[in-house]
Amino acid sequence: MKSMDNGGLVFDGGGLNVTEGAKRAAGALIGNLRAYESSRLSNVIEEAHHTAGDYTAVNAIMRARNVDVFYGDNHAIKSVNLDVGANEVISLIGPSGCGKSTFIRCLNRMNDTIESARVEGEIVLDGENIYSREADVVLLRARVGMVFQKPNPFPKSVYDNVAYGPRIHGLAPDRQALDQIVQSSLERAGLWAEVKDRLHYPGTGLSGGQQQRLCIARAIAVGPEVILMDEPCSALDPIATAHIEDLIDELKKNFAIVIVTHSMQQARRVSQRTAYFHLGRLIEVGATSQVFSEPRRKLTEDYITGRFG
Amino acid sequence: MNRQRPGPPEPVASSPAARAEFGRRLARRNRQESRFRLAGLCAVLAGLAFLAFFFLTLIGNAYTAFAQTHILLDVELSAAAIDPEGTRNRQTLGRADYQGLIRNALRQQFPAVTRRGDLRQLFALVSPGAGFDLRKQVLANPGLIGQKQRFWLAADDDVDMLIKGHMNRSAPESQRRINDRQLAWIEQLEAAGRIERQFNHRFFISGDSRDPEMSGIRSAVAGSFYMLLVTLALSFPLGVATAIYLEEFAPKNRWTDLVEVNINNLAAVPSIVFGLLGLALFINLFGLPRSVPLVGGLVLTLMTLPVVIIAARAALTSVPPSIREAALGVGASKMQAIFHHVMPLALPGMLTGTIIGMARALGESAPLLMIGMVAFIVDVPESPLDPSAALPVQIYLWADSPERAFVERTSAAILVLLAFLLVMNAGAILLRKRYEKHG
Ligand SMILES: Nc1ncnc2c1ncn2[C@@H]1O[C@H](COP(=O)(O)OP(=O)(O)OP(=O)(O)O)[C@@H](O)[C@H]1O
Ligand SMILES: [Mg+2]
Repeated sequence: MKSMDNGGLVFDGGGLNVTEGAKRAAGALIGNLRAYESSRLSNVIEEAHHTAGDYTAVNAIMRARNVDVFYGDNHAIKSVNLDVGANEVISLIGPSGCGKSTFIRCLNRMNDTIESARVEGEIVLDGENIYSREADVVLLRARVGMVFQKPNPFPKSVYDNVAYGPRIHGLAPDRQALDQIVQSSLERAGLWAEVKDRLHYPGTGLSGGQQQRLCIARAIAVGPEVILMDEPCSALDPIATAHIEDLIDELKKNFAIVIVTHSMQQARRVSQRTAYFHLGRLIEVGATSQVFSEPRRKLTEDYITGRFG
Repeated sequence: MNRQRPGPPEPVASSPAARAEFGRRLARRNRQESRFRLAGLCAVLAGLAFLAFFFLTLIGNAYTAFAQTHILLDVELSAAAIDPEGTRNRQTLGRADYQGLIRNALRQQFPAVTRRGDLRQLFALVSPGAGFDLRKQVLANPGLIGQKQRFWLAADDDVDMLIKGHMNRSAPESQRRINDRQLAWIEQLEAAGRIERQFNHRFFISGDSRDPEMSGIRSAVAGSFYMLLVTLALSFPLGVATAIYLEEFAPKNRWTDLVEVNINNLAAVPSIVFGLLGLALFINLFGLPRSVPLVGGLVLTLMTLPVVIIAARAALTSVPPSIREAALGVGASKMQAIFHHVMPLALPGMLTGTIIGMARALGESAPLLMIGMVAFIVDVPESPLDPSAALPVQIYLWADSPERAFVERTSAAILVLLAFLLVMNAGAILLRKRYEKHG
């Protein structure tokens, strides 16, 4: 549409001597083109309006219904429905800027920190809308943990990093219990062996991959039900990535995991379900094997075969 | 329309000519860089030279103030004069005429001097405040009463200046503050080994005085200390709390914008205006007393607050948002995220800002003039509610005094002020280091 407007400029060029008739003919032509373009677009939009595939999960622990997110006037997420099943890994894929991070941040209300962000619709955790008035965001974030794109350990010791969550939530009655939580969290994050001798060294002194696992340990230390991971491996090398992927496999026995990734291979390897986002819409969702082998939508196919994105 | 797009540039080392051209450019770039470095080095050296000149002249002027000329006299502490009834009552002891005893000792030292006018000139050799020193010693040790004792007593400031060489002995009499007879007596005393320069402890333990040899900076230092205490106790918590509220909690709307603009403007308001505000607010409206460190501290707080707020806000914004997200992500409340994670990282910056603000407050004199801290205060304050002087104002007062002996004291007081600033800045650096290590 935009390019059409620009096209119009050519005819307005003062230097060109164009007759009235020619101008009118050109105008008609542009009108036709516009009509054609918008009809084609509306078809696409019509088609994209409902998500292909089944967005529900058998054992849903979180349910997002008709979620819209606005950043000021920017409509970043457009009526998305999606379930997160218990003990499953669901990966969110899609081109850059399609709203994956925005959506995942809705699940633990991390968007609250952005002044301009506005969320509509409902997201239900355990039968309760997390955006309702009574919902407590602190409790929510203890139940829905998050691992960020860039490892962000606190500039404190490894121990304190993991112990911080249990401390503020009062999960450990005494020092021994806290030690226990720290150890088991680090073990589950596959980091215990590497850091057990340096628990009181700064967490920021670990390697990038270790830091990310420390962040995972920190997230699971508060005993969440869901863990959100926004491109957790994008800052890591292949070996550290493999390490985290193994870890995700391990963790799904106890947690539901939502992972945003730009790597098709990773999505294939770690997730049971895959959701494909495009321009703020959830285009397609289904079992990972199905989405990658026989996508229902052209857009999905184009993306996973690497035609754009 | 059909412009050909330029191809990729030739490789730098494609031909000898290109290589030579590149070499020339490189040489020019290197020359530019070394010129810039040289200019920077010159600027630094010039700055250091000025600083060295400043300190050398200052120390050159100041160091004589740390010594004071004393005269050795044999004082007859007669019981009849000090304690006629023999009660050893402290009040009686305190009331005695010690200056008179000193005068008697001088008379004994120079028995030939008998005429009234001559005697007055003789007595002027010893400081009018020497009697207080004598009294202090007797009160501390009443056993001395009835004995004849040798005391080193402070000489008058004119004698002091003469001994320190600030007065030319060979100049004609009319151009000296010490006349020829006095000079002769002094030379007699010198010959007898009864004149000595001793460490000037009075400079550190007494308050202001009309007599330079009796004056000290204790009152001013104590006043400045109390003021800074009040300023620190108010401006740091208030400033940091304001910064946290504005930065983290306040909604961004027109009102907070207005507040922000005003805070930034307040930081640039001339300090004397804060003095006027303090006068109107604290003294006239709240009825607080004049010349007290409490009011001084309040005024300096008004002046320091915007600086602290601005520094604290800058420190808060410089904390990476990922730390906040990490804390919120494990379920910390906003308060917890700020106080457990953001504050520790922002603290070094906040402290630096505060100490810079405090250092400015320490050196400020204009607002204190408005609230009467320029008064002549002899006593050392014991609480922030006692009238007191302040270091910068004391410097201003001494610099304004006609006596030659106040010149060196002015410089010495400036040195003390600078020493305090140095200590404060060193403290700031130490605190930063500590927090950066443990943070
Ligand atoms: N803090 C914000 N303020 C305003 N707009 C934002 C903000 N964050 C994201 N957006 C907008 O929302 C849309 C979706 O962004 P989002 O970060 O969710 O994309 P993404 O799918 O995570 O992209 P990427 O793969 O690059 O991380 C984009 O148009 C982006 O410009
Ligand atoms: Mg993203």
